Formats: sequence, C-alpha cells, structure tokens
Amino acid sequence: MIDFLLGRLSTEYFPSDPVTIGAAVGMPLTVVGLVALITYLKRWKWLWNNWLTSLDAKKIGVMYVIVAIIMLVRGVADAGMLRLQTALAAGDATGPFSTDTFQQVFTAHGTIMIFFVAMGLMFGLINVVMPLMIGARDMAFPFLNSISLWLFVAGMILVNTSLVFGGFSNGGWLGYPPLTELQYNPGPGVDYWIWSLQIAGIGSLLSGINFAVTIIKHRAPGMTWFKMPIFPWSVLVTSVLIMLAFPILTVTLALLSLDRTMGMHFFTSDLGGNAMMYINLIWAWGHPEVYILVLPAFGIYSEVVATFAKKALFGYKTMVYALIAIMFLSFVVWQHHFFTMGAGANVNAFFGIMTMVIAIPTGVKIFNWLFTMYRGRIRFRAPMVWFLAFVVTFTIGGVTGVMMAVPALDFQVHNSMFLVAHFHNTIIGGVVFGFFAAMTYWFPKIFGFRLNDRLGRYSAIAWQIGFIVAFMPLYALGLMGAVRRIDSYSDPTWQPFFITSGIGVLIIALGIGLFMLQIIYSVWKRKELRDTTGDPWDGRTLEWSVPSPAPHYNFAVQPVVTHRDEWWHRKKTHYQAPHKSEYRDVWLPKNSAVGLLIGLMACGAGFGIIWHLWWLVGLLALGIIVIIIIRTTKDDTEYLLTAEELLKEDRRAKGMAV
Amino acid sequence: MRHETVDTLNRKADKAELGFWLYLMTDVIIFASLFATYLVLRNNTAGGPSAADLFEPRYAFVETLILLTSSFTCGIAAIAFKFGKKQLGLGLLMATIVLGTAFLTLELLEFGTLVREGHSWQASAFLSAFFTLVGTHGFHILIGLIWAAVTGGYIMSNGLTRNAVRKFTLFSLFWHFLDVVWIFLFTIVYLLGELS
Repeated sequence: MIDFLLGRLSTEYFPSDPVTIGAAVGMPLTVVGLVALITYLKRWKWLWNNWLTSLDAKKIGVMYVIVAIIMLVRGVADAGMLRLQTALAAGDATGPFSTDTFQQVFTAHGTIMIFFVAMGLMFGLINVVMPLMIGARDMAFPFLNSISLWLFVAGMILVNTSLVFGGFSNGGWLGYPPLTELQYNPGPGVDYWIWSLQIAGIGSLLSGINFAVTIIKHRAPGMTWFKMPIFPWSVLVTSVLIMLAFPILTVTLALLSLDRTMGMHFFTSDLGGNAMMYINLIWAWGHPEVYILVLPAFGIYSEVVATFAKKALFGYKTMVYALIAIMFLSFVVWQHHFFTMGAGANVNAFFGIMTMVIAIPTGVKIFNWLFTMYRGRIRFRAPMVWFLAFVVTFTIGGVTGVMMAVPALDFQVHNSMFLVAHFHNTIIGGVVFGFFAAMTYWFPKIFGFRLNDRLGRYSAIAWQIGFIVAFMPLYALGLMGAVRRIDSYSDPTWQPFFITSGIGVLIIALGIGLFMLQIIYSVWKRKELRDTTGDPWDGRTLEWSVPSPAPHYNFAVQPVVTHRDEWWHRKKTHYQAPHKSEYRDVWLPKNSAVGLLIGLMACGAGFGIIWHLWWLVGLLALGIIVIIIIRTTKDDTEYLLTAEELLKEDRRAKGMAV
Repeated sequence: MRHETVDTLNRKADKAELGFWLYLMTDVIIFASLFATYLVLRNNTAGGPSAADLFEPRYAFVETLILLTSSFTCGIAAIAFKFGKKQLGLGLLMATIVLGTAFLTLELLEFGTLVREGHSWQASAFLSAFFTLVGTHGFHILIGLIWAAVTGGYIMSNGLTRNAVRKFTLFSLFWHFLDVVWIFLFTIVYLLGELS
C-alpha cells in the first residue's frame, strides 16, 4: 500500500552535495519570498485577473518572456559552473564539482537554454507582436494559447523541481541512449528530463498550430501574402516546421520513456534495441528545431534593420523564398550531426552537400540585410547594435558550420569543443541577440515607455565582447583535441584557454546584468521615457499604428492594408484616422483559469510518472479530460465590446477627450 | 446573449476546421515516426517469433471490416445531421460507438492472447514496436469513442445547433483519419507481416 502511494519517492533522493543543497534550499525560499511579497502588496487579485487567467496574446507573450528570462539567469549560472570547473581542473587538480554534478549541470544548461529560454522568448515575442503586425485582434485560438503557455510553465517547474528533489538527467541535452536507459540510469533524473520536455513540447506543438491558423485566417483585409511583413512570414515558416518536427520529438521521448517504464526495447543494448535509431529520430526533430529558433530571429532582424536604416527591406521576395527554401532543406540535413555513425561515404556526402546548400539561402539573407543598410540613414539605437553584433557573430558561426559540413573535417572535430563553439556562435549570435533586439524594440509597444538606450547598447557590447572571449578559445581547444563535456583534463597547456573562456562568461553575465539594470532604470525613469506617439522608432509596420501600450483589443478599427510597409505608407500619404461610424462591435475572449489548471495538472501528472505515482497520474489525466470536455461544451466564452465603448476606450488610449 | 452574425460564426467554424486539419497532419507525423520505427525494428526479434509467426491476417481483416463500417455509419450520421435528421444521426452515431468499441475489444483480446503466450512488449524490440504502433492507434480510438459520446450528449441536450454540427464535423474528420491510419496498419503490420 505504501509502495502504491509513494511510488519510488524516498529520502535517498534528497540532495547531498553542498552545491545542490544550496540550490535546493535557495529556490523554494525564493518562491516563498515571492508569494509573501505578492500577499504583502495585496496583488493576488490583480495578478489573477490581469495576468494569470488572461487570454490576451500580448499578456501571454509577456509571461512567456518573464519565465524565459528567469530561466536565462539559471542557464548562465550553469554555464558559469561549467567554466569554473574547467578553468580549475587541469592536470591533477580537481574542480569544485563532482563528475555527476558536472554532468547534470551541462545537461540542465543545454536543456534549459534551448527549451525554456530560446523557445520561451520566441513564443513570447511571437505572441506579443505577430497579431499586431498582421492587423489581427488576437490569436485564432486564444484559449489554446493559454494552454500552451501553462504547459511550458509546467515543464519549467519540473526541470527546477529536479534540483530540489531527485537530481536531473546526466545524459546531455539530447539524452542519448543507451546511457539514458534504465540499465545505466535507474534514478529519476532522465525521467525529469523526458517529462519536462514532453509536456513543454506538446505546448509548443499547439502553439505552432495556433500561429499558423492565425496567420492564414486573421490577416487584415488587403494583406496578401506578399504584403505581409517578414516577421509574420518567418513565424509561418517556423510554425510549419514546428508542426512537422515536434511530433517526432513527442514520439522519440515517448519511446524512451516506454523503454524506461514499461521495459520495452526500442533503444536498449539487448533484445534487438537500436540506439542509433534514437539518434536519427532525435535529430530529425533536432535539426529543424535550430531553424525553428533562428527563423523568427531572422524575421526580427528584418524588421529592425529596415526601421533603423529608414529603408524598405532590400530583397523582400528573396527573403520569403529563402525562408521557404530553409523550411524544406532543414529536413534533409539531420545526419550531419553524426557523420561518424558510419552510414557510409555516399550518405555522408549527400548530407554534407545538403548542409552546404542550406547555407545559401541563409547567406542570401545576410546580404539582403547588408544591402538594406547600404545608403540607409542608419540610427545606432540599441536594437540596431544587437543587429550588428548578430551579423558579425552569426556569419562566423555560419562559416564554421560549413567547415563542419565536410565529413572528412567533421571526423576530426566531431563532439569537440570546436562544435561547442560553433553552435553557440549561431545560437547566441543568431537567436539570443535577435530576441534581445526584439525585446528592446517592441518594449514600448507593450509597456508604453522605451528602455534606456545607452544601457541597452552597453549590454549588447558586453554580450558581444563576452561572446568572443568565451568562445573563440573553444575553437582553438577543439582543434587541440579537447572534447566536449569534460570535467577535467591532463594537458595543462589547455588551462589558459579555459580560463579565458571563463572570463568571457563573466563578461556575458555583465551583459545580462546591464540588461536587467536597463529595465530597472527605465521603469524608474518611465515618465521621461514615455512613448506618447505609439511610434517611437518611426516604424514601418502596423503595430506602430496603435497607441502604446497596445490596447487589449489591438485595433479599434480593423485596418485595411494596401502596402507592404503599411504604416510607413500611411505616414507618407496623410492617412485619415477612421471616422466614428467605422467603429464596430467586437467579441473578445473572456478570461479563463482552465489553461492554468491544465498546466498545473499536467505538471502534477509529469511528477507522478517520474516517481511512479500511478494513482496520481490516473486521477490527473482523468481530471484533464473532464476539464477539457466541460470547456469545449461551453459556448459562452466571449464578451462583447460595443462600438461606443470601443470608441471611448480608443480615444482615451490616444489621449483625446472622451 | 449572443448576437453573432452568421458570417462570424462561419469564420469561426472555418478556423476551427483548419486548425483541426493541421492537428491531424501533426498526428500523421506521429504515426509516420511510429511506422518508421516499426519498419526498422520488425526483424529485430531477438530470436523470438516474427510477425509471420504471430499475426493472423484474417483476424485483423475482421477488425478492418468493423472499423470501416463504423466510418461508414459516421459518414452517414454527418449527412443526417446536415439535413436536420437528429434522431437518425444520433442512432448512427450510436452504431459508430458500438462498432468502435467492438474494434477496440478485439484489439485488446489480441493483445491479451499475445501477452499470455509470452510475447509481451518486453520480449523483443519488434514486439515493443508492434505494441506501441498498434496501441497508439487503439488509444486514439479510445479518445474518439469518448469524444463521440460527449458530442452525442451535447447534441441530445442542445439540439442541432450550428455549434453542435461543427463539433460533429471535427469528430468525423478524426474518425475517418483513424480509419485511414488503420488501412496502413493493416497493410504494413498484418499483410506484409504474413509475407515476410
């Protein structure tokens, strides 16, 4: 009976080494502190009504971004631990962390950075601006959107729970079997990894569907495909990739989990299991995944560079075709992650050539951005500085990527520090810089005031310098023979490189500190930084046509689009604001706590599977089904905003007499 | 109460249908991954029995007939609802549920026999892949049955509203989709299994 109730929960899984004990005590205390603070400020009701239960895409987006930034801090702290260890553990010296802790830390670092930082920022930013850019009132399925958010949060909670209880996976961010099979990893760590990704991944899949339908069905009248800005284009392509790739991840994780919980033999070393099939499956998702992350960032750069060069984007159509080409090609390059598997020269040649081919549309984009700047009137505001840092960093990353596309060369640097440097080059330079540019760029649209520009530029420069200092030594180390994921090494000549890299992490941390400072300082000075025009950057697309902060209904009057840079065109042609008679009644989604509830229950169910609490899993699964049935048979989920109220609210938002 | 125009209602139905189609496409990828896994592992029997030894295509053929018939009753139900014949539609929906349940029972009986004879999912990679692939389809059928019951209940209590018809359309898409997946299952697992 006790076994039935407690599954494999046991006190032996409490953390035992000082580092994890510190985290295990610190984290719950932080949560308790936050709860106490909110209670003290009497903000629960406000939080509940205005945020937690909101179905407004902009608010959902902001919540995504907040969670992602918190996780970014944790991910960078993990990176600091990794580099601290390698800076110290040369020759006979040992670092501060045990091998097992070190393995958990690099697994957590990769998992968190990809799934809970990069994905979180991406979904957040898409939610915030995509509907505004296409002239839509909301997402196609606002309720589904909130489920996605809370499944993402559920996954995040599970990852962090592992820190307090049970420990995380030590199998690397992609959890290769047979190491992650029960035989070699009997504890709950791998299960934490599987179920946090599985739950968050299902949320991502739902988001992909939601974004695609929104873009297909909710574009403003007149916005034909080739009048749609590049950012929504990139979101559409990313959504297609999500819909095609994430189900593969769902299946792969499910199969690994079946191996571990039901005693199946998909990837085990015995009874016919085939671990290489896992590697193929996970990368059939994994390679499209890197494009899922970077394409929206490409979309952001396209908007930023056009705005700050005060020119229409150069080569708009080639940009779109390049996106679509990448969409197809990203599915035929996955094998380049394991040229060393031994698939044979012809297979390797095919994937090597395809990998070089996919660099072409990406190169086209780089040139388009450069030509957009050519003869433009460039303003070096913070988003533009992030963009320039991207061009340099990402191009270097692209070049080293093409080097590794040559199988013969890849055999030398496979799974070495060279690879680590390469993918950080593309992901930090491409994805992270893009999302920072976007946060600075669109911040005034959501909060009604700009961020301090000087601190933003300093943050970008610190990141850029920190990046170079942290990762260039890793290229050298890779060529010198250092493999990834080592916690100690015998060759003392490597140590200066590792120390330099550690210093780079500190400079990056300074960049994050400056970003935080930028937000705090700007909140403090928000009166001076207030955006009264709704168009602080002299923008080109529709989101700048509404007041800042953007009202919850987005557009008081449905915009009609005639040009690609619609708002720019309106500014140049003395566009008349819509007349009173053009206001119409609109239906908006009511708040709903169901998404939050489903997220919490999914989190509990995930916890149940990890610890074999099958009664809990059964109860919560049943609960989720019942809740979904109740919600879908309910028709009364929207409220009416009448034309008169809308007119009043619109005038108030624009600072006019009501 | 609501005063939505027919136009916005249509748009909403349109949107839901597109979203649902896209969801079905993601489900296609799920099944495609499982089919690929099955094809890779189907000869990895670890010295145990293979598909040809274990499966009885005639049994699976009966299952196929039952499922196809349920798809037929579901299709006719959709037409009945479209013409406002509520009772007829509900009767056909009931038939769909009964046939679906029969299908699922047969499948579970087959699973039970295999496990009793010592050929469970733990016996070999081939059997793991078989149980997972066929089981995932069965799980979808179970979800479909619950959904059918809920939709039926909704139509009984709310009548044939636009919303009800929309809900039923989505269900019938799902049910036909499962039928198509089963055709592939029948071919690849049971018929090709006999040949190997």
